Amino acid sequence: MVILGTIIVSALVIMTAIAPWIAPHDPAKTRVGPIREPPSPQFPMGTTHLGQDMLSRILYGGSIMLQVSALSVLVCFLIGVPLGLFSSYVGGVFDRACSLVIDAVYAFPGLVIAIAISAMLGRGVVNMALSIAVVYIPSYFRVVRSQVLSIKELTYVEAARGIGAKWYTILFRYVFPNVIPSIVVVTTINFADAVLTAAGLTFIGLGVEIHIPDWGRDLTSGWAYLSSGAWWIITFPGVMIILLALGFTLIGEGLSELLNPKLQR
Amino acid sequence: MGLRSYIITRILLTIPTLLLLLSMVFLIMRVLPGDPVALHFEKKATPEQMESMRRALGLDTPLWTQYIEYLGGLVDIGYILEHGYPNLGKSMQTFEEVGGQIFSAFPATLELAFYSMIIASVIGILLGVISSKSYNSILDHLIRGVGTVTYAVPIFFLGIVFQLIFGVYLRWLPTGLRINPAVDPPATITGLYTIDSLLQGNLFKFFESLKALLLPSLTLGIILSGIFIRMTRTNMLETLRLDFVTAAKARGLKESTVTYGYALRNAFLPILTMMGLQFAILLGGAILTETTFSWPGLGRYIVDRINFRDYTAIQGAVVVFGLFVTLVSLVVDILYAYLDPRIRL
Amino acid sequence: MPLLEIGSLTVDYPTSRGTIRAVEDVSFSLKKGETLGLAGESGSGKSTLGLSIIRLVPYPGVIVKGHIRIDETDIVKLREHEMRSIRGRKAAYIFQDPMTSLNPVKRIGAHFIELIRTHEPNTGKEEAFERTKTVVENLGILSERINDYPHQFSGGMRQRIMIGLAIALNPDLVIADEPTTALDVIVQAKILDLLESLRKVYGMALILISHDLSIILERCDKIIIMYAGHMLEYVTSIEMHRNPKHPYTQGLLQSIPNIELSDQKLVAIPGSPPDMLNPPKGCRFWPRCSYAKKICRVKEPPLIKVGRNHFVRCFLYGKKGVHVERNRKS
Repeated sequence: MVILGTIIVSALVIMTAIAPWIAPHDPAKTRVGPIREPPSPQFPMGTTHLGQDMLSRILYGGSIMLQVSALSVLVCFLIGVPLGLFSSYVGGVFDRACSLVIDAVYAFPGLVIAIAISAMLGRGVVNMALSIAVVYIPSYFRVVRSQVLSIKELTYVEAARGIGAKWYTILFRYVFPNVIPSIVVVTTINFADAVLTAAGLTFIGLGVEIHIPDWGRDLTSGWAYLSSGAWWIITFPGVMIILLALGFTLIGEGLSELLNPKLQR
Repeated sequence: MGLRSYIITRILLTIPTLLLLLSMVFLIMRVLPGDPVALHFEKKATPEQMESMRRALGLDTPLWTQYIEYLGGLVDIGYILEHGYPNLGKSMQTFEEVGGQIFSAFPATLELAFYSMIIASVIGILLGVISSKSYNSILDHLIRGVGTVTYAVPIFFLGIVFQLIFGVYLRWLPTGLRINPAVDPPATITGLYTIDSLLQGNLFKFFESLKALLLPSLTLGIILSGIFIRMTRTNMLETLRLDFVTAAKARGLKESTVTYGYALRNAFLPILTMMGLQFAILLGGAILTETTFSWPGLGRYIVDRINFRDYTAIQGAVVVFGLFVTLVSLVVDILYAYLDPRIRL
Repeated sequence: MPLLEIGSLTVDYPTSRGTIRAVEDVSFSLKKGETLGLAGESGSGKSTLGLSIIRLVPYPGVIVKGHIRIDETDIVKLREHEMRSIRGRKAAYIFQDPMTSLNPVKRIGAHFIELIRTHEPNTGKEEAFERTKTVVENLGILSERINDYPHQFSGGMRQRIMIGLAIALNPDLVIADEPTTALDVIVQAKILDLLESLRKVYGMALILISHDLSIILERCDKIIIMYAGHMLEYVTSIEMHRNPKHPYTQGLLQSIPNIELSDQKLVAIPGSPPDMLNPPKGCRFWPRCSYAKKICRVKEPPLIKVGRNHFVRCFLYGKKGVHVERNRKS
């Protein structure tokens, strides 16, 4: 599962990276062919309602999603992990307050928060990433916290404390390494969720500007011309989003199965 | 602890959660960079126009006054008794009561959520049980594969594909709205069209509204079922290994008794809790589903309001979503306590 | 005609790291009303053997060879639904941990009524309830408690209930797998006494599985000593007291404290049970055996007859005893 997921994800990343060299047309350029032309030898994936080449847009279109998801995962990681480590290690009122706020965010419909924040911040890659990050910080915090709480009580940590190790030494040298596997799982699943949330935000009109090639964007504009029956404008970007999210999900599920042998009977 | 005192404690514990949630929404909508009024006009208004808008909506007062007023509006019993819904402020676009608009959109979301939950639970539990019982077989791998792929499908994509196949190509089912526009909706009792039409004994309207419900609730239900399959499978696998399941088999009980009466009956409690948690995801999915199918519910409302940059309305809708989730998790916890004989007294 | 007859039974657990042969070439028989003890350390295959008799070897275990005849019917060949009518009615099983063996969301009475009505579908609800009351009272439990949930009972009480469930349909054979291991020492004797008195009343055969040889010596007619999936010795308990043959059996007996022997030295068997993925070649016990010879490391000793109702798997007795060599190629 992990291998399959990695192959899918890296294939998509490479495809997006080399798009400028392999794309037959400029993805943003309109009227390179007839409007809404079904797939043909000249346009293997057809053309959009503006006469853009669908294949070129597919090749380029992963870029925004990858940027948004990578950025949001980075933000989540940088805030969620240290906060979780610190809060659970210190304990007390600080920990309880953090947990209360985090749990409240966690229980809230994620997309609603992302929509609210995104509506306030406006369009753009960074703003999208930030609004998605807020939704998923709790996942990191919760996983890290529950792990630290159990590791903290283990004998070897007590021993380290006994020989007078500093709190940050214990936290980063003794506790943190044990949390890493769980964080890796959360991160990959988070990637999948971020991709889907980004697509969702784009769908309701909070995504990037219309001319930028983006799978979510194209899927949305294909939907607007649904009644014309132009399936190719919908299907190709849709399948690409599924592949990207599926790749990350496979990695995450595979890893969590490897790391959690409880169910391997 | 008795069931009654458990319920009372649980309800009391909801109050700080609610307060926190309401403050969070306020924080996002008022404190984050971005002035709602300026954003609303997209810089196309004179300072005087913006000022009068601020005054009309009470946005010219200090933040904490706004905060108190915002919380006060929600618990203003007099207002609730008069209007039938809490005070959520006035829309920046239409200057109507946001509470009223939300109140009329809410039943559509409730109906969609209700049917989707049923579809997701039936598919999820059924496939999850089958999968766990045929552990490590081809069938098991197949069902798990379906579950994983479902998780990766953007919900609106599935909706669009359904619309394309059943609406555009086959023309079997409507692709939007709660009922055929040529048919008058049933008179409002609960606001749920299927239930209202049944209560009034109007089978024609019942089937018309069911037809409209089918694609949206299938879309949302199928996407959600992926998570339910996995949850059911994991919990069933753990339960099936427990001693009392083996002991039941050793007594020669019927296969169905062992699977449902023993394993699922016990795995159901953790599944129920997780279903409660998934409700938040369901509502997120409902926003996208409602947008896809022009379903006039709360999700559609919030998306419409975003296009008008109507921030008071967005805030109101977000608050109602939060209240809804909190209420559901309260109900799930009470149900759990009621179903578990170890808590029940 | 024996009630139970097992011949060359072999059970495998295929795992990703290789196949574990948990039970190999086990044969024995049991008459109506007889008691048999299965003794051995954990991992010796005694529970797998017990569970094979009701064909509930846990996943991924499979019976790869041999037959298990209950009343002349080979249950290895039965279909699943035919097997179900044997479980609980002809052969009942009592598990080790009573705390987890009852359905937590079902009342005690419901367990009995469901059992009775599954196997005797013509029984009415009232009748099943009356029968439940009788059984529960025989267990020393107040019949008012029929409507209580499992969590309202103590461990000892729950094991009484499990025994009740096992005998409710008056089966010919009861298999008790470490029935008292999870219980307090004081409760243990009471539970075993209850089991024995009920067994006598109903005239059932009993297979008692335990790691504790003293319990088995005290309560069983025949004894099988299991080690790493092999039967090392098969003997009556009187004969075992008098004349234990296998070095492993002797070791086990020496490690039981005896209150009458004041100068007794308790001797532990050195070493630990083998890794079942890589069992030692030859005799399974040789790495821990103080009598081990060259041949023990190379060849698997056969099960030979050393007396009336006395079999042992050891080269020490090969010359003196009577061979009952099986024609097997290994």
